[in-house]
Amino acid sequence: MSHSAISLRGLDHFFGTGEARKQAIWDVNLDIARGKLTILMGPSGSGKTTLLTLMGCLRHVQTGSVLLLDHEIRGAPEAQLVALRRKLGFIFQAHNLHESLTATQNVLMGLQVHGAGNAIAQRRAAHHMLGLLGLADRVNYLPGNLSGGQKQRVAVARALVANPAVIFADEPTAALDKDSGRTVVEMLKSLGQTRNTTTVMVTHDNRILELADRIITLEEGRVVSDVQQS
Amino acid sequence: MNALLTRIFGRLPIGWLQLIHSKPRFAAALAGVSFATILVFMQLGILGALNNSIVAPYEFFEADIVISADDANTLTDGSNVARARLFQALSVAGVADGAALFIGNMEFKLADGTSSTLQTFGVDTGSGPFLSAQIRDQLNLLQPENTALIDTATRGVAPSVFAGLAAGAPFAFEISDKTLTAVGTLTLGGSFFTDGTMFVSDQTFLRFFANRSSGAPNHVLLNIDDGISADVVVARLRSVLPASSVKVQTLAQAAAADQAYQTTQRPTGIIFGFGVLIGVIVGIVIVYQVLSTDVADHLREYATFKAMGYAQAFFLGIVFEEAIVLAIFGFIPGLIVSLGLYAGMSRATGLPIEMDLMRIILVFLGTIIACAISGAIATRRLAGADPADLF
Repeated sequence: MSHSAISLRGLDHFFGTGEARKQAIWDVNLDIARGKLTILMGPSGSGKTTLLTLMGCLRHVQTGSVLLLDHEIRGAPEAQLVALRRKLGFIFQAHNLHESLTATQNVLMGLQVHGAGNAIAQRRAAHHMLGLLGLADRVNYLPGNLSGGQKQRVAVARALVANPAVIFADEPTAALDKDSGRTVVEMLKSLGQTRNTTTVMVTHDNRILELADRIITLEEGRVVSDVQQS
Repeated sequence: MNALLTRIFGRLPIGWLQLIHSKPRFAAALAGVSFATILVFMQLGILGALNNSIVAPYEFFEADIVISADDANTLTDGSNVARARLFQALSVAGVADGAALFIGNMEFKLADGTSSTLQTFGVDTGSGPFLSAQIRDQLNLLQPENTALIDTATRGVAPSVFAGLAAGAPFAFEISDKTLTAVGTLTLGGSFFTDGTMFVSDQTFLRFFANRSSGAPNHVLLNIDDGISADVVVARLRSVLPASSVKVQTLAQAAAADQAYQTTQRPTGIIFGFGVLIGVIVGIVIVYQVLSTDVADHLREYATFKAMGYAQAFFLGIVFEEAIVLAIFGFIPGLIVSLGLYAGMSRATGLPIEMDLMRIILVFLGTIIACAISGAIATRRLAGADPADLF
């Protein structure tokens, strides 16, 4: 097992075809260490989200190499990508909860992707995670009956409940107030310390930058700054 | 329900939960499936009534073989058969006995001025062995002139009209501008073409149908010797009788051919057959609309699940789960309404529109298959669930 959770080498990415073809990522080379909280920053259109989706097996790698958890993504068959995604956790800017499922059921979806398992144990784990995020009294609520911040916390619980090796988060604190946002990021950071979980987060939220182990800044698809924080 | 489905699927019953999340939409979807089910049941019911009414008259006869004109496709159409064919047939080894059968329609005029059309069979009063027990037991009543056995289930005629007959009191009625006396009863009911049935002696028949001749019945009925195959005798008869003027079939073959002809070559049968097809297509379209809209509405959630590592089979499972739920929950009210409609239509038309278990099973399986087909088509929209679009 390598020291890096993610290694990018010579990574380019293009959108469009023909005359409309536009390069979004330019020759990115990075190693993201295991167990660390890495923040990607940069202005809109700088390629942060594209980079995140390439690292998270959500986008086809065109050129270069993406090594995720020691597996080369480029050219990997769909079944291998599906298996890799099960080791990841995603927190989206929009919560993307399933409106027909309760908070508990949404979190259970994060567990059941690994198989049916012990239903009682899974439910207990889901309730525990929701409790950690301050939602113990909302476990049976449908998303429609939760506030924006509560929905986002359910989405965080869904991403974390299966103890993923890597968490990819896109503006996870955007819908949260200052305290809730900090709580979530602190939880992600402590997961790195206790479980060696790697987190890669895109954010514009300056309030949480101090918690990052590393801050990478992109502009126009290129890494322009890479700062390790102690 | 959730617990049961969770146990069945081994996962959260997401399809079910999605469907019931919006009750009005779920109700509308079920109404659509029920409507299609009712449509199919009604068409099959009418088609079944057509089938039953075609073969029902054959059950009055217990002949082994029937000789008809070569252009006859049903009991009632086609040319007449020369009685000489009866005598020719009797000379064939294996033929035990024969009888002529006359068929025509008569107008039964009621006191209130309305009338019902009776399919009238004229038979020799000595032809008991060719007739079912219901007719055979009353055959001697037809020996006097102008007497008849009349259908107590005749459409458009109140059962009270025949009440006296049950008590042994004949009644006279006007038919085809002549007077006939009902001396006995039978029970069959209306068909698509006539309102009831009547049996008379061949002599009475010829008296009422002045243009018909005793030498030219509609069909010749034959019984064969014990211990010989009907097919063997049919083959012998075909070798003796000219195929250019008559055809020889067993009675069962004649009934089957009549049914096949009327359901596949006559407009009535074809229309009802198309009705069934249209019902199925309507059902598929309705369920497809429901499922494809549902898939489109949940693309972001599906994309999220894809990002989490759920494989394509999981999404197909959800869509098929919804299809099966719609099929089952749409079928039940459809069946209940259809049973009511069958009873109402049967009463209103006098046609034998009846539900049977096999039809229920077939329509249920058809509903499941149609919904599954709709689901299979709807799954194509799943391709639009791209997790990269979530960011």
